[in-house]
Amino acid sequence: MISNSLVYLIALPLAGAAILLLAGRRSDKWGHLLATALSASSFFVGLYQLSLMLGRSNEQRPISQKLFEWISVGSFKIDAGLMLDQLSICFVLLITGVGTLIHVYSISYMSHDPDRRRFFAFLNLFIAAMLLLVLGDSYLNLYVGWEGVGLASYLLIGFWNQKPAYATASKKAFVMNRVGDMGLSFAIMIAFATMGTVSFTGVKAAVEHTSTAALTGIGIMLLVAATGKSAQFPLQAWLGDAMAGPTPVSALIHAATMVTAGVYLITRSNFIFDAAPTAQLLVVIVGAVTLMFGALIGTAKDDIKKALAASTMSQIGYMILGAGLGPVGYAFAIMHLLTHGFFKAGMFLGAGSVMHGMNDEVNMRKYGALRKFMPITFATFGLGYLAILGVPPFAGFYSKDMIIETAFNSGGIKGIILGSVTLLGASITAFYMTRVMILTFTGKSRWDDQAHPHESPWLMWLPMAILAIGSVTSGYLLSHGNALVNWLSPLFENHGEHEELLSPIVVSGLALTMVAIGVAIAFLKYSRNQVSDVAPENVSIFTRIARQDLLQDRFNESVFMRPGQVLTKILVRTDDSVIDGAVRTVGRAAMGSGASLRGVQSGFVRSYAALILVGAVALIAAIWVVTQ
Amino acid sequence: MIWLTLLMALPLAGSVAVALVPKANEKLIKQTAFITTLIVMGTTIAMAVNFQRDNVELQFIEKYSWIPSFGINYALGIDGLALVLILMSTILAPVVVLAGWNESHGGRWSIKSFYILILVLETMMIGVFAATDVFLFYVIFEAMLIPVYFLIGGYGSGERAAAAVKFLIYSLFGGLLMLASIIALYVMSGAQGGHTFDLKALSQLEMSSTTQNLLFLGFFIAFAIKAPLWPLHTWLPDAADSATPGTSVLLLGVLDKVGTFGMIRYCLTLFPEASRTFTPLILVLAVISIVYGAILAIGQRDLKRLIAFTSISHFGFITMGIFAMTSQGYSGAALYMFNHGFSTAALFLVGGWMISRRGSSTIADFGGLQRITPVMAWMFFIAGMSSLALPGLSSFVSEFLVLVGTFTRYPVHAVIATFGIVLAALYILIPVQKALHGPTTPGNENLSDLNLREKIAIAPIIAIIIALGFYPSPLLNVINPAATHVIAQLGFSDPVPTSGEK
Repeated sequence: MISNSLVYLIALPLAGAAILLLAGRRSDKWGHLLATALSASSFFVGLYQLSLMLGRSNEQRPISQKLFEWISVGSFKIDAGLMLDQLSICFVLLITGVGTLIHVYSISYMSHDPDRRRFFAFLNLFIAAMLLLVLGDSYLNLYVGWEGVGLASYLLIGFWNQKPAYATASKKAFVMNRVGDMGLSFAIMIAFATMGTVSFTGVKAAVEHTSTAALTGIGIMLLVAATGKSAQFPLQAWLGDAMAGPTPVSALIHAATMVTAGVYLITRSNFIFDAAPTAQLLVVIVGAVTLMFGALIGTAKDDIKKALAASTMSQIGYMILGAGLGPVGYAFAIMHLLTHGFFKAGMFLGAGSVMHGMNDEVNMRKYGALRKFMPITFATFGLGYLAILGVPPFAGFYSKDMIIETAFNSGGIKGIILGSVTLLGASITAFYMTRVMILTFTGKSRWDDQAHPHESPWLMWLPMAILAIGSVTSGYLLSHGNALVNWLSPLFENHGEHEELLSPIVVSGLALTMVAIGVAIAFLKYSRNQVSDVAPENVSIFTRIARQDLLQDRFNESVFMRPGQVLTKILVRTDDSVIDGAVRTVGRAAMGSGASLRGVQSGFVRSYAALILVGAVALIAAIWVVTQ
Repeated sequence: MIWLTLLMALPLAGSVAVALVPKANEKLIKQTAFITTLIVMGTTIAMAVNFQRDNVELQFIEKYSWIPSFGINYALGIDGLALVLILMSTILAPVVVLAGWNESHGGRWSIKSFYILILVLETMMIGVFAATDVFLFYVIFEAMLIPVYFLIGGYGSGERAAAAVKFLIYSLFGGLLMLASIIALYVMSGAQGGHTFDLKALSQLEMSSTTQNLLFLGFFIAFAIKAPLWPLHTWLPDAADSATPGTSVLLLGVLDKVGTFGMIRYCLTLFPEASRTFTPLILVLAVISIVYGAILAIGQRDLKRLIAFTSISHFGFITMGIFAMTSQGYSGAALYMFNHGFSTAALFLVGGWMISRRGSSTIADFGGLQRITPVMAWMFFIAGMSSLALPGLSSFVSEFLVLVGTFTRYPVHAVIATFGIVLAALYILIPVQKALHGPTTPGNENLSDLNLREKIAIAPIIAIIIALGFYPSPLLNVINPAATHVIAQLGFSDPVPTSGEK
């Protein structure tokens, strides 16, 4: 179906960004309100589209809009086109819904920042780019949104880039994302070379005529793209540093939305992965490795935001793993993505609220006993905590258990391995999240005298409360009567009944047991004992490695960065000495003397006009000679 | 209507007008020059409106006998590619004049001479793209060196004299090789029906493979020096380092395009067989340029040299697109030439303002500009984003077309070249971080932000960069017909999607 109104979803926040940036300081007074209003309008347009979509039959639900012809050269024809279907509407509502809440939160959170207007301009820019990412009807349109969110992320991570470390963090994020983007470029190139099209519908139709090798290539390259944007192994190292951005940014971009773009990309490309088992297996492996990787890092972090970031990495690992188990897993990956959007955004905003009351302290060892001072933050954070643990009936119980179950039932030894990894991950998650709860909210206070913890104003806790409601209810709502699975099912290949290794009840029982073990260990370790307000030094090698993000930075630095720097230095030197040196030598030889170039130049140059003349005369003479 | 001659005559007339203004009246000199460039730009746009975009033949043809005894004609005509490049040149000219309002001060010669040189150069920039007589082309190609030489050597900074000489000798060397090839062509034309320098007639000459190869190299080396292609690039960083920002814009943005333009117009047209023979070698050089230029850019400490090296990488992309022999590669390369003109102009002009305010071009001397001079910092940032080909900006369209057009025929080259996009992120974000971010370092506290004149100068460039990123069709529609035509003449057609070979 054709629609004329999809573009408003993007145009509203984009206009906000443009107005705020162009109006400059003039819009300081009202810029944040306009940006929030525009983000909210986009959300309401999304709701309106959902209501229209609900009124149509399954086949009629996807709608599209062609804006104009973007690039057309030979058979490479790309329209600026948008497409809204059952999958993208989920993202639209998540992005604009959570996005608007975070706008509201930021009005208060950023109220003392002289550059608040710029912050809101970037937030609106992000919303627009992210909507383009999920609404674009071809891989190239998606690419524009894909790098657009990367730009917004860069600008927001480095929002306080007067601090060198923050500036470095933003650069690191951009560069590592570009490595991933290269994968997307390759995927598009292979698709065009083999299928002659890069639109989603075109590629989907061409899959059956395309060789498995090409499909595997496209799939792997899409996976590379996903690892960059979604902070998956081995391109995950930027996410921890990205916590340099203001906390609302961490909640919106680096938890709820942008970092899930990789899951969207894989799910959107289900037709490729279904036909490329090798690529699909790699997806599963990346998801499994990252979910453990993130969880392990999460156990060792004292910085509340970095602990949550590690958790995000791990939870997205679950989603990627789920998406790699498609066709049956796609819907569960999306379900976990949506519930995670609620509970993780809520917890990040909670962390922001804690920081707000604690003079921007992020070290959890300097927290403690905040439950009494910040009851609302404690309650909303606590509900998010129960959700991520997967305690029934909170959101994560439904979404995470579905992924664990699907993993177990994916067949054979693979199923057992994947199932065990997801279960173990759930246990570690329970451990590190309990640790965060204990260190922050319970026990004895460990803050110093300057801190005067207090609850945040209503503009901040209201969004937290709304997200907390989502953390409680979203899982049930999305899975009730298989709502989300049925909603999305027209998009994915139908699949027969899969073999059932473990029944849902058994999986839930196992998962809850593992969670209980994790919680218990955390309690034994942190609740009983006095927590030190400085990180202990005499820790095991494992803790030390986990504190250093499992050494990925060290690996990147010694394998890529330092050799790269050496190579650069060598080339800079040889460019002058070898290449230019050779040119200089030839030049001298050509002059017929050993005199330096500079010695020859003055006389040579002054008669340059004459030289041209000589050239012309020589030309004419030569012509004359040969024509005689 | 004799559009092209008119276009060439206007700046020349302007230069006469400038010459007539009293030396003391600096303001009037600048105003005369600026208004002249505006008139030329307006006339070019009027001409572009009259261009028939579906016509693959040359348009606005003019032909007058010049030196009849040698068969030399004053012959002009343009296709879509030439139109686009003339448009770019004439839009950049007023921008450069306005942006560099004061850069003629403190030169070895007068302010007046500076603007005369600029205007004369503009005439030649139009002529070099419009000439269809090989002799006329050669004369302009060589004569262009003179104003550039004086602009670098007379108004530049640092080792300006040495840089100007290096530029000159490099160019002269290439020019001589081309001259030899031209003479040979002329001689052969005599043996095959009558002496001529007419491009079309020469393209129909019969010649042995060896002859073709040799003559091809004569042209190609001249163009590869201009473009510049690795390893013939070492004059460019020195020249850009010494030239004024405005001169650098004209040098890298316009004059270097004569190299890549020449590859298409002369190498491909005159020597199709030799072009095919040398394609593998040229593609390797192009890929090396892309990666090498980017790595060298990362390693630079000087802002102007850094920008020069980014251009070497970008010219690698253009050359690769040309010799990929696909319509996407060709159109991408042609569009790239246009877009590169503007993104490099933005970088050089804003970089130039930063440098003149700070009194240093060493990147490490800057720091924290985003909070001192926000408008200038953001303009530099946008220019940088354009240079790294961020989607949504014009350079992305051309860069991606080149990559995808190369990939369909030469996947390995395209894959290596794609690594350039990661290197591009580094060579832009490193100077951005050092100069714009971080705390304000000593010496930068009192820098002033852009004034109204500078804002007016940079605004159209930024507007073009953004507008063409989302809507490149006006240019692609002009470029495309020629693309298919040129590729077909060389005996190529776009590779067919391979699916179906399951």
